[in-house]
Amino acid sequence: MTIDTRTANGVTILDIHGKITIGEGSAEIRKTVRDLLQAGRKNILLNMGDVSYVDSSGIGELVSSYTTVTNQGGDLKLLNLTKKLQELLAITKLLTVFDSYDDEAEALASFA
Amino acid sequence: MSISKEIELRFCSDVGLVDLLQEFSDSVSKAAGFDADGQYWIGLAVREAVTNAILHGNKEDRSKVVELAFGICEDRLRIVVRDQGKGIDESKIPDPLDPKNLLKAGGRGIFFVRSFMDSVKFRSRPEGGQELIMEKLRSQKNQGEQE
Repeated sequence: MTIDTRTANGVTILDIHGKITIGEGSAEIRKTVRDLLQAGRKNILLNMGDVSYVDSSGIGELVSSYTTVTNQGGDLKLLNLTKKLQELLAITKLLTVFDSYDDEAEALASFA
Repeated sequence: MSISKEIELRFCSDVGLVDLLQEFSDSVSKAAGFDADGQYWIGLAVREAVTNAILHGNKEDRSKVVELAFGICEDRLRIVVRDQGKGIDESKIPDPLDPKNLLKAGGRGIFFVRSFMDSVKFRSRPEGGQELIMEKLRSQKNQGEQE
């Protein structure tokens, strides 16, 4: 898994590529999010469009990142969920927890 | 229930093997006639069951073995994951959908196995260790066009 970081309208966008699974260093998302919070960047958008696979460990990483950010008064939202990830979040009732968007401009506007 | 094809793998307790095992599962479920979606969900169930056996069953002790067996039967795919751990009390597995567990990082592995397979059973082995037996019916619904 690799993560590219960019900023738009005061929101940090993490473009995540590859697998978020137990064997693929899923903890990297949590680490990146913590580094951003330490730098005072509390509005975070995870772009999942290029994520090829997520297992329960990966779902746990997303939840852990979400709670870390919200506990510090920030917002963590999801962009471009794949159909499979959407199904996983639905059966775990996490679609009700995460704000998710299909359009980047709409997602960025939601942080305002 | 007669098994027409049977495959059994034995491996050390290393989570680094999970990707490989899931790919193997995808090949077996494809051979059993499952469509791409079926292969995906069975593969994820295998990944979760094996991860559970390595982490919670064998406590990542590399000297302990995990066995993964596939049986292609006429009407179903039967998958068995065996570890050398002490076993778990099913009734004590927390419900990840309970509001108090919803934001916990862990605890969704067995839930995924139960969600994607048609039947899941745990069994203590007389010789020690635990067996997770899961089955997916080879119904018409699960056997669409191959991608």
